[in-house]
Amino acid sequence: MTSFVLRRLLFAIPTLLVMLTAIFVLVRMVPGDAAQVVLGDQASAASLAALRAKLGLDQPVYVQYVSFLLNVARGDLGQSLSSGRSVIEEVGQVLPSTIELTAAAIGIGLLFGLPLGVAAALSRNGWIDYVSRVVSLIGLSFPAFVSGILMLIVFAIQLGWFPVLGGSGGRQSFAEHLRGLALPALNLGLIMTAYVMRVTRAAMLGVLTEDYIRTARAKGVGPVRLVARHALRNSLIPIITVVGLYFGTLIGNSVLTEIIFNRPGLGKLILGALNSRDYTLLQGLMIIFAICVIAVNTLTDLAYGLVDPRVKYS
Amino acid sequence: MSDAAAPSLESRPGRLWLALSQNRLAWIGLALLALIVLVALLAPWLAPYDPLEQNIAARLEPPSAEYWLGTDSYGRDVLSRLIYGARVSLFVGFAAIVVAMLVGTTIGVISGYVGGLFDQIVMGVLDVMLAFPTLLLGLMIAAMLGASLENLIIAIAVTEIAPFARVARAPTISLRERDFVEACRSYGCGPVRIMTRHILPNMMSDVVVMSSLWLASAIRTEASLSFIGLGVPPPTATWGSMIREGFENILDAWWLAVFPSLAILVTVLALNLLGDALRDASDPRTQSR
Repeated sequence: MTSFVLRRLLFAIPTLLVMLTAIFVLVRMVPGDAAQVVLGDQASAASLAALRAKLGLDQPVYVQYVSFLLNVARGDLGQSLSSGRSVIEEVGQVLPSTIELTAAAIGIGLLFGLPLGVAAALSRNGWIDYVSRVVSLIGLSFPAFVSGILMLIVFAIQLGWFPVLGGSGGRQSFAEHLRGLALPALNLGLIMTAYVMRVTRAAMLGVLTEDYIRTARAKGVGPVRLVARHALRNSLIPIITVVGLYFGTLIGNSVLTEIIFNRPGLGKLILGALNSRDYTLLQGLMIIFAICVIAVNTLTDLAYGLVDPRVKYS
Repeated sequence: MSDAAAPSLESRPGRLWLALSQNRLAWIGLALLALIVLVALLAPWLAPYDPLEQNIAARLEPPSAEYWLGTDSYGRDVLSRLIYGARVSLFVGFAAIVVAMLVGTTIGVISGYVGGLFDQIVMGVLDVMLAFPTLLLGLMIAAMLGASLENLIIAIAVTEIAPFARVARAPTISLRERDFVEACRSYGCGPVRIMTRHILPNMMSDVVVMSSLWLASAIRTEASLSFIGLGVPPPTATWGSMIREGFENILDAWWLAVFPSLAILVTVLALNLLGDALRDASDPRTQSR
């Protein structure tokens, strides 16, 4: 067990190294001189040279590469070019808001997705199955910003049920805070529901034809117990895999959702960095995302063992 | 594991037909897609106005008999921009998928054919690319390269390489061991000839089947990037940039955002309906379900 965990963790290192190298190369592909791009055409030669020295652009590429890797290893992702604060600090400030949103979305996705998937699988080719398949395909087809804008227009602007500007600063009561969170969380959560439902349905269909389900039925196990104890438990592995793989999509969708609903978070941070051409902030964000994705991938692999005792740690 | 790739070895020219005959929803997808492509092709004849023609006297007009879908903040006709926007969205998505297919399939076939440590490293990197948020990957690349049509295509193509490589790799691994490849090798075929003449033709149908699903994803990414402002520069009409402009006027002109939103939704849904049916038809395990 311990050696499996260790080996899995060690395997993450070369992957991380390749990703860091790709990010390093990508950032250096910015057309023209990065310092010139940041400071604009009017910049004096002295200030250009100063910024180049600050960014380490006056060093040979291999020196830049090594110091880049060393800095990442030390947890130093550099300073934002526009605010001067460290990237970690910038991200740390908006992260709670993004985590709150994505956690609410995952909750909604599992709350609706699992039962709907089970119901669809049990009524296979019946009308519940048919309707939920079509609805989930529509859910999967929505780009997050399209569904977000439509929800904003209908529920916030036309019907006035929710505030147009979500969690936009200031002191709010808890109820107001929840009202601001509701629409963006529903937007993300309903899209995720479509994913979870599809996977749950497929996984349940696979399990329901197994012999041990028939045996359990023959023994007189009731339908609730059959689904909860026998079928769903064994469907959890593919579901966990997909929820783990979905993390990347969820982050991308939450960026768009935060922009639409004007919530503080990674989305607005990225948009701001794009608009001010804050390359160090963008680079830092990419590194953080890469680390998160690799961490989630590794954790998903490790989680198999907790659900399925048959997974061999070899 | 090698069994999973086995069905791909038989060529199934009637796969599209099979998918359509089994699945009524696929017909809807195909019909919608044909309609959208037709509208894009016939744009100059269908559009009632010039999509770039500004008319300040008629700005932010709601939908009416004169302007069916209203006008935007420059007084441009939304319907005409929507029709011309279909061209850009479809072209960018299609071009990106072709690039991703060429690069991804090449990587997948070589990686699967060579095998060993090389294969493991390539697959490890592709796994991370697959898990990396598509939108953020595209966003970072588009941001670093700068906003233009070519860079947008490159950025979207990069996000779709990993799935192509994976779909190409799996059948390559089983084809590599088949008798006809072995036979060819025994009378002196080189690896390049085996890969291009014997392996590639036998797995191309798998790759093509998946591309309609990934075309849907590419069109979604294009719209998202355009919405963020990293798409084809204005004044060219694209659905994503139309939504971006609509979003800026969301409080007083709902029609600006709603119609291009619906256009994207219908296009992606049509591709997904068709892609799902094609995938089900090519996977014997799902046919019985």
